[in-house]
Amino acid sequence: MLKTFKKGGVHPPENKLSSGKPIEVLPPPASVFIPVAQHIGAPATPVVSRGDTVKVGQIIAKSSSFVSTNIHSSVSGKVKKVDFQADSSGYPKQGVFIDVAGDEWIDEIDRSDELKKEFELSGEEIVRKIQDAGIVGLGGATFPTHVKLVPPKGMKADVLLINGVECEPYLTSDHRLMLEKTEEILVGTQLLMKALNVEKAVIGIENNKPDAIQLLTEKSKTYQGISVVALKVKYPQGGEKQLINAVTGREVPSGGLPIAVGAVVSNVGTAFAVYEGIQKNKPLFERVVTITGKAVSSPSNLLVRVGTPTSVLIEAAGGLPENSGKVISGGPMMGRAIASLDVPVTKGTSGILLMEKEQSKRKEYIACIRCSRCVSVCPIGLEPYLLMTLSEKQIFDQSEDAKIMDCIECGSCSYTCPSNRPLLDYIRFGKGKVGQIIRSRKK
Amino acid sequence: MSNLLTVSPSPHVHSDDSTRKIMYRVVYAMIPALLWSVFIFGIDALRVTLIAVAACIAFEYLIQKYLMKINPSVTDGSALVTGILLAFNVPAGIPWWIIVIGSLAAIGIGKLSFGGLGSNIFNPALVGRVFLLISFPVQMTSWPVTRQSDVDAVTSATPLGIIKEGLTNGTPVSQLLPDLPATSDMLLGNMGGSLGEISVLLLIVGGLYMLFKKVITWHIPVSIIVSVGIIAAIFWGAAPQNYVNPVYHLLTGGLMLGAIFMATDMVSSPMTPKGQIIYGVGIGVITISIRLFGAYPEGISFAILIMNAFTPLINTYVKPKRFGGK
Repeated sequence: MLKTFKKGGVHPPENKLSSGKPIEVLPPPASVFIPVAQHIGAPATPVVSRGDTVKVGQIIAKSSSFVSTNIHSSVSGKVKKVDFQADSSGYPKQGVFIDVAGDEWIDEIDRSDELKKEFELSGEEIVRKIQDAGIVGLGGATFPTHVKLVPPKGMKADVLLINGVECEPYLTSDHRLMLEKTEEILVGTQLLMKALNVEKAVIGIENNKPDAIQLLTEKSKTYQGISVVALKVKYPQGGEKQLINAVTGREVPSGGLPIAVGAVVSNVGTAFAVYEGIQKNKPLFERVVTITGKAVSSPSNLLVRVGTPTSVLIEAAGGLPENSGKVISGGPMMGRAIASLDVPVTKGTSGILLMEKEQSKRKEYIACIRCSRCVSVCPIGLEPYLLMTLSEKQIFDQSEDAKIMDCIECGSCSYTCPSNRPLLDYIRFGKGKVGQIIRSRKK
Repeated sequence: MSNLLTVSPSPHVHSDDSTRKIMYRVVYAMIPALLWSVFIFGIDALRVTLIAVAACIAFEYLIQKYLMKINPSVTDGSALVTGILLAFNVPAGIPWWIIVIGSLAAIGIGKLSFGGLGSNIFNPALVGRVFLLISFPVQMTSWPVTRQSDVDAVTSATPLGIIKEGLTNGTPVSQLLPDLPATSDMLLGNMGGSLGEISVLLLIVGGLYMLFKKVITWHIPVSIIVSVGIIAAIFWGAAPQNYVNPVYHLLTGGLMLGAIFMATDMVSSPMTPKGQIIYGVGIGVITISIRLFGAYPEGISFAILIMNAFTPLINTYVKPKRFGGK
């Protein structure tokens, strides 16, 4: 029996169209827009201005607090302006516009392909270098990695989990990375283990990627303390709490952090970025992005510079199909529909998914028939039907008691509802309101 | 970009299952038992079923359009299910106008007066059945002859009716047994009873199909059947001359129809597995209590309706186990 998380979950069609496509390098575009807020936490502060010349890897915005990160230029060229433009959230965000000229990298970066296994850094040094390199969780949540590596006082991690689950349908960027940068990920994992001072790391991979499981199992034999575990295919296994539960059996307490059960989770992409950041002195300014969709002529996995407009990626994959109705930044379950193809790739962009017109619009919803599927698929054990009703009626004290704030917004409830009810939309609305109530209570 | 992009919150995909598909799966699951009924009771069974279905759909449409002044939702398949279930709960020979009245009670009182699909507290088909049972007790208990019956007879009796009457008159069980059908006949459905309740085997086949298609879970049917079986066995073990073998309780009357198709109605049953077991055991206990000690030979309709009333309470107090909760 394969391991998996205990409660709930769904199994949407996997549609991993691009899993057989090796990672290709997408050349720098003509111009980029690099937002200064590509992470959870405080936006970075721009340190360049109009007319400045920048090189690849140069800091263009500095971390403004502990929960924040540096932003580096992904291209070389001239700063056109520092201004606001919409990112995938749809809201205008501050960022640096750069007109690209050539491809000149800062000298510190080691651009060779040679695998560098050895390191002699202390845990603190690793954490500092990760912070300097602007590394954030690349699974999509973009939480600054260095913050995770410094547990709150009195808490101690005993296991590092590396997330190679990639449970979102369509996305294959982590899968390709595991196949092509196997040892780099393992070295990155060792660096993270050292930073956390843990002896054990487990790489969790869903069973629909047997090649990656086999390869990493084979290669990890020479790396002390790292093991690989195959997991049953079930969404949302890539969720932090679900992965911890699947691999260790532990349950992160309601409202708590993974460290409360001694676990820290990092994505395989993050482990690779840590390898590059420390062993190659290369800050995080590019990432692998899957560009896919049923009508896309050539679904691919591209190594893309941060700040590249979505339209450039779509061109690289054969252009925008005639009947496209929706463009999603991320996967179909948790990704964001974007309103403009100018939206840039950021550190958290795992994929671009193009959906056909017919699949883009939701069907009309009808009455709840109390089939209880939303309850049985909820990985947190909530009652989505009830939370939706409470939001509709604006009875927020009861939604708080019903643990609305524990919702991880995986969307399994809306996905499964036979009456097409927008359960998660209403739960998000309720979470916003309950969050306000909680914050005002603290004042 | 000549055409605009759609923007909506996640998730952007859907399981493609629908309420209508669920309703049709229930209909498919009832077809074997319906065909059996036509085989046993003749074309009357089909006639009653078609009238019930037509009446339920018509009343739903008319009441929604002209009284509630909303868009009729007859295409969701729920009125179809209610119609077939109502037909399953009446004798095959019932006059057409009684079944029309029953349909009005089911749809009008049982369903739409609460607000329609999803809002009704009680199973609509059972509201219709109980309304008819109380209003037309004679017609509702005139069981038509089955194809195996004596050709001279015009009505037959149900096994539970024979048991109830015999035991009430003080006849010992051993003298009743010759009048009761053999176990194989009860399993197959070679006996008197309501239109859709007689073939235990085909009802179970339908139940397994719904289980396989994830329309129902095992919790409600199993907890009803097990609790009825255990209690009946206890009484039978203690006084075999005064109580019949539990096999009769399990294989006759509306137990299987009720446990598999009526009590599992999504709208009126609890949301969590634990709540469903409480609900199922409640139905089992009330059913067997009515059968053993009540005035009616059969009690599952009342039992389900009573437990329907407890469903909101069960949903309020029986919560799923929260992830990371204490």
